[in-house]
Amino acid sequence: MKYHFPVPAEDLVQAGKASTEVKKILARLGVPPELIRRTAIVMYEGETNLAIHGGGGVVDVDISAERVELVLEDHGPGIADLELAMSDGYSTAPEWIREQGFGAGMGLSNMKRNADLFLVDSRVGEGTRIVATIKLG
Amino acid sequence: MENRAKLPLYSHSITLDVDKCRGCTNCIKRCPTEAIRVRKGHATITEYRCIDCGECIRNCPYNAKKAVTDPLQAIQDFDYKIALPAPALYGQFDDARSIDQILSGLLQLGFDQVYEVALAAELVARATRAQVDASAVSRPVISSSCPAVLHLVQIRYPSLIPHVAPILAPMELAARLARQAAGGDKGSVGVFFISPCAAKMTDVRSPLGSPHSAVDGVIAIKDLYLPLRAAMGKCTVQKLSRAGSLGVAWARVDGESRAVGESNHISVDGIANVINVLEAVENGTLGGIAFIEAMACPGGCVGGPLVVENPFVAKTRICNRERGLPLQGSDTQAQSVPPEPAKLGWTTPLEARGDLMLSTDMGRALEMEAEMEALEASLPGLDCGSCGAPTCRALAEDIVKGQATVNACVFKLRENVRKLAAEMIQLEQINPPGLDRE
Repeated sequence: MKYHFPVPAEDLVQAGKASTEVKKILARLGVPPELIRRTAIVMYEGETNLAIHGGGGVVDVDISAERVELVLEDHGPGIADLELAMSDGYSTAPEWIREQGFGAGMGLSNMKRNADLFLVDSRVGEGTRIVATIKLG
Repeated sequence: MENRAKLPLYSHSITLDVDKCRGCTNCIKRCPTEAIRVRKGHATITEYRCIDCGECIRNCPYNAKKAVTDPLQAIQDFDYKIALPAPALYGQFDDARSIDQILSGLLQLGFDQVYEVALAAELVARATRAQVDASAVSRPVISSSCPAVLHLVQIRYPSLIPHVAPILAPMELAARLARQAAGGDKGSVGVFFISPCAAKMTDVRSPLGSPHSAVDGVIAIKDLYLPLRAAMGKCTVQKLSRAGSLGVAWARVDGESRAVGESNHISVDGIANVINVLEAVENGTLGGIAFIEAMACPGGCVGGPLVVENPFVAKTRICNRERGLPLQGSDTQAQSVPPEPAKLGWTTPLEARGDLMLSTDMGRALEMEAEMEALEASLPGLDCGSCGAPTCRALAEDIVKGQATVNACVFKLRENVRKLAAEMIQLEQINPPGLDRE
């Protein structure tokens, strides 16, 4: 089963809705609750990143009996120093975002922690593509 | 407890007066878990989805939905009758009636003893505080006081079960303490909760956190109100009130948080708001919060479906009563240490009620999901409710599960009738050769 969710730039309210949708689908498929939760965290964090940093983007979700694969893609600024970006506490979030309670600098590391496979492909000036996989059963 | 039949399966506490039910769309649209369908001209509740929140009782314009509760008369089945008034009861009367007068009125109605649930609430708050401090439970810690919220977690947010504080709700603790205080020489002891809440009936029949409830029955505040008011006018007022403000505050939202004393908390009321908050906890955005008080009813328990007074009026009254009370109840004042977890803790774990899946076999579930989405795409997408399901997606799900047919949709039916009509017109235009003269 494949799903496509566009994520508008800077629209933080929309981010939650897509992950709520995916959670309901996974519940109908009988995926264990803990795996649903991990998927939700990866998806929510990923979407928030697309909205805040990526200038908007898309999330493609591919569900099979073996795994859930999330592909998050944007054509934003790209990540200059990936290792720095992955470290806990480092954030490039603008002030207005931090005022809303985001920008703690934990997003990418949270995603990596909750996914079984986590690949980041980013080029400065071109964009970022993240493939995160959660294994089922 | 001997008189209460133990139901083997989970049972919910809402019942329907079929004669009053019109089969309209009000309750099906307003149910937060999409648990209701209209079939055969009336509403039916899908048991595995119902969380006993009472929204359907509130929303039914024809008064067809009722909570299952016991009549006051039920106390006569017992030799020794104990009343457990919920603190929400104190908000039903203005401050011209003291709490002593309310409790004395209960004795006048035929109860032998009154044990304030607010007293037990204070003990529960202390135990909760200890759990939060000890980080014994995942953060944020979710209160176990609202049975509808616990059912919601079991059904829709089972991944949050490790977050729920495994502590008995005040009603249950109060029942046990009251029985203990009554002793063994009273004959059959009947313990009755005076309730603002429909879900508590389910809690008594199918308890969470323990195999049996110490409560025998639940009497709705609205069924007790007029007799109690009359009794209060007639009775001698005795000094019976023992609960402090920290216990009484539980009647209104944020009262429990006040008692637990955790400043890094949020208190949420109204089931739609609770759902939004639990979604956020699941997404990982509220990890910085230490404690969540979640109440299904607006304003907290004073907003329950079984109350008489306007919840906002009652909430103010509760706050006013709090101001006139000492912080701690006279029973608990002496205790400076939290009560032992063994007495207040759950003995059975909260289990997921994982019945939302299309099939237990994931391969089959994937097929059904695909069918469901194709069906949904063919439906008008108006979510009108005429088919008896709250949304077109819900109807699509019912169809793939074999519980409905696509012709339940009045728009699909009309579409098919139009096709048939077009065929009829076509047929009508064909003249058999014998009659085909211009």
